[in-house]
Amino acid sequence: MKVLVAVKRVVDFNVKVRVKADGSGVETANVKMSMNPFDEIALEEAVRLKEAGAASEIVAVSCGVAACQETLRTALAIGADRAILVQTDAELQPLAVAKLLKSIALKEAPRLVIMGKQAIDDDSNQTGQMLAALLGWSQATFASKVKMDKDSAEVTREVDGGLDTISVRLPAVVTTDLRLNEPRYVTLPNIMKAKKKPFETLTPEALGVDVKPRLATLKVVEPAKRKAGIKVADARALVDKLRNEAKVI
Amino acid sequence: MTILVLAEHDNKSVRKATLNTVAAAQKIGGGIHVLVAGHDCAAAAKAAAQIAGVAKVLHADAPQLDDEIAENVAALIVSLAKGYTHILAPATSNGKNVLPRAAALLDCQQISDIVSIEGPDTFVRPIYAGNALATVKSSDPIRVITVRTTGFDAVAAAGGSAAVETIAAPADSGLSKFVGREVARSERPELTSARAVVSGGRGMGSGENFKILEPLADRLKAAMGASRAAVDAGFVPNDWQVGQTGKIVAPELYVAVGISGAIQHLAGMKDSRVIVAINKDEEAPIFQVADYGIVGDLFQIVPTLVEELKEQELKK
Ligand SMILES: Cc1cc2nc3c(=O)[nH]c(=O)nc-3n(C[C@H](O)[C@H](O)[C@H](O)COP(=O)(O)OP(=O)(O)OC[C@H]3O[C@@H](n4cnc5c(N)ncnc54)[C@H](O)[C@@H]3O)c2cc1C
Ligand SMILES: Nc1ncnc2c1ncn2[C@@H]1O[C@H](COP(=O)(O)O)[C@@H](O)[C@H]1O
Repeated sequence: MKVLVAVKRVVDFNVKVRVKADGSGVETANVKMSMNPFDEIALEEAVRLKEAGAASEIVAVSCGVAACQETLRTALAIGADRAILVQTDAELQPLAVAKLLKSIALKEAPRLVIMGKQAIDDDSNQTGQMLAALLGWSQATFASKVKMDKDSAEVTREVDGGLDTISVRLPAVVTTDLRLNEPRYVTLPNIMKAKKKPFETLTPEALGVDVKPRLATLKVVEPAKRKAGIKVADARALVDKLRNEAKVI
Repeated sequence: MTILVLAEHDNKSVRKATLNTVAAAQKIGGGIHVLVAGHDCAAAAKAAAQIAGVAKVLHADAPQLDDEIAENVAALIVSLAKGYTHILAPATSNGKNVLPRAAALLDCQQISDIVSIEGPDTFVRPIYAGNALATVKSSDPIRVITVRTTGFDAVAAAGGSAAVETIAAPADSGLSKFVGREVARSERPELTSARAVVSGGRGMGSGENFKILEPLADRLKAAMGASRAAVDAGFVPNDWQVGQTGKIVAPELYVAVGISGAIQHLAGMKDSRVIVAINKDEEAPIFQVADYGIVGDLFQIVPTLVEELKEQELKK
């Protein structure tokens, strides 16, 4: 069984992003970039499926600028067998990414696509659902447990009211939540080995996909800052403030 | 302009998130129809018809629409879409699951998690864990939108008298089957709509220790929440997680206990009206957003806080 994993290059989760002075976006020059954390979880899950004998090949795909190569090299070091970069300088929105991934999926014919539930830069939480829709495949979002069967997968999902379990027919798209697994660290020998793994570069044009954005960003601003309040000495002082100043109890 | 709102409901009643979403629809302007898709959900459809400002309720009732199965509900939305300029759902786990699927089938780029409305095609949404607010303008013929419920004050659940129209559901796609649900039962108010929230973090040390927060939550009539670290450690269930990738809350009072205040946590609670932090580390970032902070050991402070609240109540 072939597994496709989508990995996005994003500003590292530890970076405190700053809005550009001209309001056109956030500062990404000279900022640490990493693989989207949810995609690390997606890749880890694929590698575990392979280790368990349930998957035969893992193909990692990233869409974006040339530097996404680094993200894909990391993916290869973690355990992907091959990498595909769909290279473009164009701004990519989730619908466009889903269309690119669809054309790759049709070529590669995986039984399973695993991706993150959410990219921590745009916070869209859309691409997996969109890809499943465009392919006419089943979807299992926000996964905290995946059990593979021959023609189906049983997926436990983190939902607002607790946990839901569904059974999806293969091929399917699964998106990961935080509790699915704990991703492993990349080791130096694996980074060396990754250099020899197959790496293919494509373009949206070659795939025949129109990636024109549907949303124009008019401006980006910093949210209103909350001002730090005061420290109080003890519980009694706190209750007094909550009652008489904030009037919240 | 006519707007379709996907109701969040449990077949018997509509959840509050629906009321916030109708409020967002009112800001856009135009007729508002509410879609109640489920199984044996006539009671929920009736409740939706009472919501202030709703012109019509579409009631789709079929076994394959139960249990939030995205493939079937998305197909239903798509079958209705051509009559609408906007399709809205609350940014709940259900809305996030189903709406992007419908959007892609309509070849529309969804606008996720809007917090305000600048015009019929222009919306504001947080990005980068709420560290930036983007104003985006859609060029799609149908605007498919998920609504961050904390951004819009709920409309009244009563006062309306919309007509209920029964509509047919597309056949079961057969792609996904519901297997089971583990519901976290609780007597407490629901986390995203509670007036007060008491959240614990890694500093709680164990699931057992979360018990000391219960009398505090009781006194404050609060829901209970947690940081990711507390959920990952298995102290409390996943649906307690507040933050960028958990639930977004904005209660009147938020009490953070043993939570450092990572940016991802702040993203889920920094719009609360009053924030209280209890942490032994006076440098903890949570104090930068807290209105009132106490530096000290939570195991000592929380019980005395409960005692103080009791005493104050007796005085009243
Ligand atoms: C992709 C991604 C998504 C994430 N999404 C979320 C999210 O949605 N929500 C979220 O919360 N986090 C999220 N995180 C995690 C976030 O980065 C932090 O790791 C997490 O919020 C830390 O939780 P914490 O504050 O409980 O733990 P810690 O940072 O370990 O803080 C524990 C605090 O408890 C205090 N403490 C310890 N003992 C005591 C005591 N006895 N008395 C008083 N104080 C005490 C300590 O001083 C410390 O400040 C995400 C991270 C990533 C990478
Ligand atoms: N440019 C991209 N390249 C590869 N995968 C992506 C890209 N954008 C989004 N994804 C995948 O889609 C998931 C959800 O992203 P989003 O819908 O943008 O929140 C991510 O976790 C990735 O797995």
